Amino acid sequence: MSTVSLRVENLRVWYRTLRGDVQALDDVTFAVADGEIMGLAGESGSMSAMNPTRKIGKMVQELLESRGVGFGAMRVELDRRLELVELSRDVLDRYPIELSGGMKQRMVMVLSTLLNPSLLIADEVTSALDVSTQKAVAETLVGFRDRGFVKSMIVITHDVSLVYQIADSIMVMYAGKLAEKAPTDVLVGAPRHPYTQLLISSLPEVGVRYAEKRLTGIPGTPPSLLRPPVGCRFRDRCPLAFEKCLEEPPFVEIEPDHFVACWKAS
Amino acid sequence: MLKLDRISKVYKVGVFGGRDLTAVRDVSFEVGPGEVVSLIGESGSGKTTIGKMVLRLASVSSGAITLDGVDVSTVKGSGLKGYYRKVQGVFQDPFSSYNPIFKADRVLSMIKDEYFPGVGGTEWRHKIDASLEAVRLDPDQVLHKYPHQLSGGQLQRLLIARALLLDIEVLVADEIISMLDASTRIDVLNLLADLKTRGLGILFITHDLSLGNYISEKSVILRRGAVVEMGATDRVFGNPLHPYTRKLLASVPQLHKKWEPLEAEAEPRDGQGLVQVEDDHFVAGGERG
Repeated sequence: MSTVSLRVENLRVWYRTLRGDVQALDDVTFAVADGEIMGLAGESGSMSAMNPTRKIGKMVQELLESRGVGFGAMRVELDRRLELVELSRDVLDRYPIELSGGMKQRMVMVLSTLLNPSLLIADEVTSALDVSTQKAVAETLVGFRDRGFVKSMIVITHDVSLVYQIADSIMVMYAGKLAEKAPTDVLVGAPRHPYTQLLISSLPEVGVRYAEKRLTGIPGTPPSLLRPPVGCRFRDRCPLAFEKCLEEPPFVEIEPDHFVACWKAS
Repeated sequence: MLKLDRISKVYKVGVFGGRDLTAVRDVSFEVGPGEVVSLIGESGSGKTTIGKMVLRLASVSSGAITLDGVDVSTVKGSGLKGYYRKVQGVFQDPFSSYNPIFKADRVLSMIKDEYFPGVGGTEWRHKIDASLEAVRLDPDQVLHKYPHQLSGGQLQRLLIARALLLDIEVLVADEIISMLDASTRIDVLNLLADLKTRGLGILFITHDLSLGNYISEKSVILRRGAVVEMGATDRVFGNPLHPYTRKLLASVPQLHKKWEPLEAEAEPRDGQGLVQVEDDHFVAGGERG
């Protein structure tokens, strides 16, 4: 791969709560290359919020000023980008509540990339949208990368089939740990971690005729992050688990750009 | 069993109720015993309003909903209680259906107080065990627990178990999958498929076409309150004829198949009646593709 936009090494995020530490992220290491859109599949997150009491134009102005950039200097570029996402300039005189979900999400995208950031983290940006709007917003993300408004992107979603459409690579997490990362076609076409395999095979699709055919889910529930199990965190639910899984499997590169944390895969 | 006959819902809007807003327009379909019917639409399609009308949470402006031939809108008092014995609903956010200060199984004991005051403790316990077993919940894991101690999937199953304590004929399931974790979604869907083998009719309301395709025998595609296409699921999904249905299907993200650029299709005129194009397949405006 070319140069790297973001490198994360041995990241650990624990939340202190009354009942103990929640180990939300544990020993997470990965990199996002320049120009790469990486999908991050896990359980649900939250939608970005806008300040409802400010007109959108005012919000843009404040945001730019907080970065030491004049609104006037950016106005031409702002209009160009609004046009690109098919929003009229009038939106600047409106309040967020007056915009539909898809318009709001496109506005947030324009706003958060106006200063051409190196990295955009899009957390569940399409999950609350209707299916046709979802496609438009997802394609806008790709367009922003292609035009260089943002160098790289991490698209966080619970929907693997959505990131399959737009991401160059997909990383799958389970219970705060990295399970697998690979180029998109490899991860979907030839996944090696049992969790990824089960997750993908349990997704219903529109192009399939099911009739009486049933898909199988993953038995059990994810472990508590307060007291996660030792060793592989998926072992309780894993059909391939054996003694070795009491030891934590390392996240290793089994083929170029294909990383898996599973004793059976390496 | 459950029959919707040309139902509409018109809301009065504006300061003096001077404007009419038609949320549902002239919708007809049936849900038979052991049948799952998917009501599929985007936001503003009227799908939730239809569910509410079936559950008597909203009135019907015109047309009729009947259950086994009885007009639902006319039942009152004890008749309404009897209706809710046969028709129950489960909704999107399981957490909002529970009061966080009470234990989650209170939703079950409330059914006893309301419908089975004379039933003895042992018999009631057997009834609870049977309905929990039907939704594949372990009594030890869910009884005497507070809502925050249970997962979204467990809470949603408990609400379905609650409905099963009554001898329901129809379950209205409105977006019950959308807030569940990816790994538990398919289990709740399969549970619905099990329930239909027990003779239950299910009105499955969703915005997610892949869920509708998976679970239902019949599909109804709604747009702006009106049916654009309906019929046997394999016909509606296998041979979609209305441009709106095609557009939705082309927008659904799939695995193993990337999005293709959409070819613009002529928008059909609104307000056209449904035309039968083949056996068990109806399309608005006589679109034949």
